[in-house]
Amino acid sequence: MTEASPMAGRDALEKPVKGLDVARIREDFPILAREVYGKPLVYLDNAATSQKPRQVIEALVRYYEHYNANIHRAIHCLGEEATAAYEEARAKVARFINAPSPECIVFTRNTTEAINLVTYTWGRANVGPDSEVLLTHLEHHSNIIPWQRLTAEKGASLRYIGLTEQQTLDLDGLENLMDARTRILGVTHVSNALGTINPVQKLAAEAHRNGAIVLVDGAQSVPHMPVDVQAMDCDFFAFSGHKMLGPTGVGVLYARPELLEEMEPFLGGGEMIKRVTLEDATWNDVPWKFEAGTPNIADVIGLGAAIDYLNDLGMENVRVHEMEITEYALRRIRQMEEVIIYGPPDSADRGGVISFNYPDLHPHDVGTVLDRHGVAIRAGHHCNQPLMRCLGVSGTARASFYVYNTLEEVDVLVDALGQARAFFSNDTN
Amino acid sequence: MTPTKEEEYSQQEAQLDDLYREVILDHYRNPRYRGSLPAPTVSREGYNPLCGDEVTLDVTAKDGVVVEVAFRGSGCSISQSSASMMTEAIMGKTVQQVESLFKGFTAMMQGSEDIDLESLGDLEALAGVRKFPVRVKCATLAWHTLQEALQALEEGKG
Repeated sequence: MTEASPMAGRDALEKPVKGLDVARIREDFPILAREVYGKPLVYLDNAATSQKPRQVIEALVRYYEHYNANIHRAIHCLGEEATAAYEEARAKVARFINAPSPECIVFTRNTTEAINLVTYTWGRANVGPDSEVLLTHLEHHSNIIPWQRLTAEKGASLRYIGLTEQQTLDLDGLENLMDARTRILGVTHVSNALGTINPVQKLAAEAHRNGAIVLVDGAQSVPHMPVDVQAMDCDFFAFSGHKMLGPTGVGVLYARPELLEEMEPFLGGGEMIKRVTLEDATWNDVPWKFEAGTPNIADVIGLGAAIDYLNDLGMENVRVHEMEITEYALRRIRQMEEVIIYGPPDSADRGGVISFNYPDLHPHDVGTVLDRHGVAIRAGHHCNQPLMRCLGVSGTARASFYVYNTLEEVDVLVDALGQARAFFSNDTN
Repeated sequence: MTPTKEEEYSQQEAQLDDLYREVILDHYRNPRYRGSLPAPTVSREGYNPLCGDEVTLDVTAKDGVVVEVAFRGSGCSISQSSASMMTEAIMGKTVQQVESLFKGFTAMMQGSEDIDLESLGDLEALAGVRKFPVRVKCATLAWHTLQEALQALEEGKG
């Protein structure tokens, strides 16, 4: 470590981060007060899952202590209150991503289940032997495997948009990427592995010009920046609650209302029916047609509380804060000559995610040393093995930021990285 | 008494030193028997999906003795040094001796008290990995690959 780095840290602390009152925010997150191996926790694994503010935890407790009941069917006060809170959360989700109505919002377990819902229902009805499904090299396994299974079952072809040297999507000759055979484009809004922000609006326009529809994986965008599904003009949009301050176990599928109307149900059972005989049944209205069985009531309500929290902060402010942290971290890590940084160079082109490697150190070794300094990062293939192969690495170390992270924590990360380097070098002697 | 900064720092170092013992780092930097055999009796590949660690192991056995061994692969220091240490440990040993090393090593990694650590020689250095549960699979990858190779040897399959 050079002597300059602690100074840089102090300078950074004196300059309040634009957009958010991070000191106040941190008080809302009980877990941030804990220590790891005697060091303050520096949680930089937010792309995997976020921590939860007290407001979300209290919403869960309030539900279980005051109005726990099954929804939609109960003829009693608790059931009415629970139903109202559950449906209010749906309305909050709809407003949060500017969906035209709450009926466009289906609750699932997570992003993965939302995408599987699309491949099992829309996919099985609309993809045939002559069809093509187009994905990109930046997709998470959750937006690859369901399509591999669907295209294998249907004998359809599966193609991928590749990457430029800057690790952005290679959209040269965009007008030739799709044709009449292309039924759907599946694209991630923000890459979980590299942070690359994709031009989803442009891609959606091109897909529609070819008569294809678009599924956007928003798991890494909705928590971190303003999202407007109507402006984006996507047909499906999937994301998870647990990456946006909400509880685990709740995901969201947004779909254009007319698509939901024409799609067959995913799972069958209670809640998703209108009238049942011994031989057959008619389906409930959308979106309930896609929510078979008792849903995850408490965690849906918790997601609603997370959205309230994010709305109070303002998603523009969240984005500004993360860009500032990312820019600072990129600058600090770039000063460490040996470290290779992946993804677009400009923080305006990436979310709050930085993937990096020491050329001669495995990311798990780096991650283990960082962990002992209280710094939690992700190390590995980030559920994107094809992309890692494309980069020629078995994995990367990844730091990802959120509303409660500070510039000072970036300094701790950089310091710990220096310690990792020193640890493995000292032993060479 | 709260520890001073220096004491805290040395505690972290001490724990890390348990994981990355000098002999382990030495094998990582200077792997033994790295490469491939032109005509091995058996060759097996091992893969750890969590870390992406890969190890390919070639073994040539004659009259029940390991006469040639080689490994190649990529992954973290623990997975690669463990593979290197294993090749050194099994070279020239009878298949029976190798099997007993395998049992001793896996028992050590499972935290068994009832093992003779001395019989494991340098391999004992990997005992520190037990304090880092997510890394145990890195240390055992080469050994599970070896187990598959041994099975193939016994069944007479190349």
